[in-house]
Amino acid sequence: MKTSRLTLAAGYAALILVSVMFITPFIWLIRSSLMNLSQIFTMPPEWIPNPVQWGNFKKALTILPFDTYFMNTFIIVIGVLVGTIVTSTVAAFGFSRIQWKGRDIVFAILMSSMMLPAAVTLIPSFLGWQMLGFYDTYYPLIAPAYFGGGIFNIFLLRQFYLTIPRDFDEAAVVDGAGYFGIYFKIILPLSRSAVIVVALFTFLGTWNDFMGPLIYLKSDHLFTLALGLQMFQGTYTAQWDLLMAASAAVVLPCVVVFLVGQRYFLEGITLTGLKG
Amino acid sequence: MRKGLFYGLLFTSPAILGFLLFTLGPMIASLVLSLSDYNVFKEGTAFIGFDNYVRLFSGEDDLFYQSLGATFYFVALRVPAVILISFAVALLLNMNVKGRALFRTIIYLPSIVPAVASAMIWMWLLNPDLGLINTVLEWLHLPTSNWLYAESSVIPSVVLTTLWGIGGTVIIFLAGLSGIPKQYYEAIDVDGGGWYSKLRHITIPMVTPTLFFNTIMTIIGSFQVFNEAYILTDGGPNNKSLFYVFYLWRTGFRDTEMGYASALAWVLFVIILFFTFIVFKSSKSWVYYEGGGRS
Repeated sequence: MKTSRLTLAAGYAALILVSVMFITPFIWLIRSSLMNLSQIFTMPPEWIPNPVQWGNFKKALTILPFDTYFMNTFIIVIGVLVGTIVTSTVAAFGFSRIQWKGRDIVFAILMSSMMLPAAVTLIPSFLGWQMLGFYDTYYPLIAPAYFGGGIFNIFLLRQFYLTIPRDFDEAAVVDGAGYFGIYFKIILPLSRSAVIVVALFTFLGTWNDFMGPLIYLKSDHLFTLALGLQMFQGTYTAQWDLLMAASAAVVLPCVVVFLVGQRYFLEGITLTGLKG
Repeated sequence: MRKGLFYGLLFTSPAILGFLLFTLGPMIASLVLSLSDYNVFKEGTAFIGFDNYVRLFSGEDDLFYQSLGATFYFVALRVPAVILISFAVALLLNMNVKGRALFRTIIYLPSIVPAVASAMIWMWLLNPDLGLINTVLEWLHLPTSNWLYAESSVIPSVVLTTLWGIGGTVIIFLAGLSGIPKQYYEAIDVDGGGWYSKLRHITIPMVTPTLFFNTIMTIIGSFQVFNEAYILTDGGPNNKSLFYVFYLWRTGFRDTEMGYASALAWVLFVIILFFTFIVFKSSKSWVYYEGGGRS
């Protein structure tokens, strides 16, 4: 496709402008997290912290037990990850590599639940967990992941499995493999990148979840990072240096995970969008 | 292969069970609850038929209409903004420019920031006295705003904060754009058409399936806005950002009126279903599927 120089120059200018707008909040976050209050409030605003207040992080993260929140979040993330990866890959296999009567109808019904607002199931789910005595525990946050790991993930994996040639399954059958053999020896190894995509989305979704912990957790010592950060904000309003340091500490793991797995993210989103 | 049904059900059983336990079951329970006056702190629960729904629509509960209004305003503002801006940014990213991957990363990155952290950052950026945005506006001699703290600007401000996280939508548009065959554009080059006729006659028709997907997902997501109301505004000022799900949460979990809140939930479900249906219906006249033409 030919693009004139003028169009290209205008495009660059627009892209740079948009990028500056998207990245400025990050820079503002980092510079505020490393300044003392008087420098933060300087007018016109300064961009380079001087001196760099590394102490903000230490102060912000010890006022509230952020180490506990970090561990709690980590425990929930691991629990959810294991359940999601095991049960969503198995279910996607059942919906794509096995022929059975009613399969596509069942899949369509499950898919329709993606359109259902979470608000509709919120109250009965809460009452159910409470009746079972699991209010203020991690069960309501972790256990659902062991039941399919979310239809979105099943959909994503199924899309990927459908691209794997059927001949591979047939060759495995000739070698005497059953469905479990095909799942373990062919599909899982060939869909590594799709599984990584699911793991990354699940990690972020769980790490960032706010409403779930808000509803199911009551005791401070069980709080997640998202809840802890919200509580911090309620207590230290206008302490922008500490608030920004705490926020930066919560954001950092997400950014690292994203940058490490970037290739897979883009692949995964593309996979869901194309045949959506 | 025999016993397909047995193994099919075996492999999918966790997902099917999950659907029954965590979706269908609660949905039915929610419908039943919505016909009751269940309240955590009240002795005894009675079935009261459609009284909850009558109470909702009779005008007795002004906050219901308030929250409905706030949410519709939010959706009406946010959906076009997200779609137009995402599409425009995707068009820019689809150009043959150097450093594309870097631009793409910068634009996608904000969408992975946890809602709570994003809210903190925006609260600080939009701070009326000391925030960066008002400072820049002042420097440019433009009018400043009280953003989240004024009744008239609170909802547009919340929309603004959510626009930071459109990266996912952009990437889906980008995937749709990159699927358009290059020959189509070359045909326009031959005819001597410029970028506008390419956009009008090729890019937009070819990207309509992606547009359709993004529109549906953005509508569903926008109707359920919660975190921003909880963290940024607490529904205020003066209930102007009392978004629907936030009001539902407050009714069900703070005021513990879970029967009434379930009725609220079902009304929302019907509203979302209605809009999804409209978009689906209308899609027949504007979504272009390759091979089939406009069907």
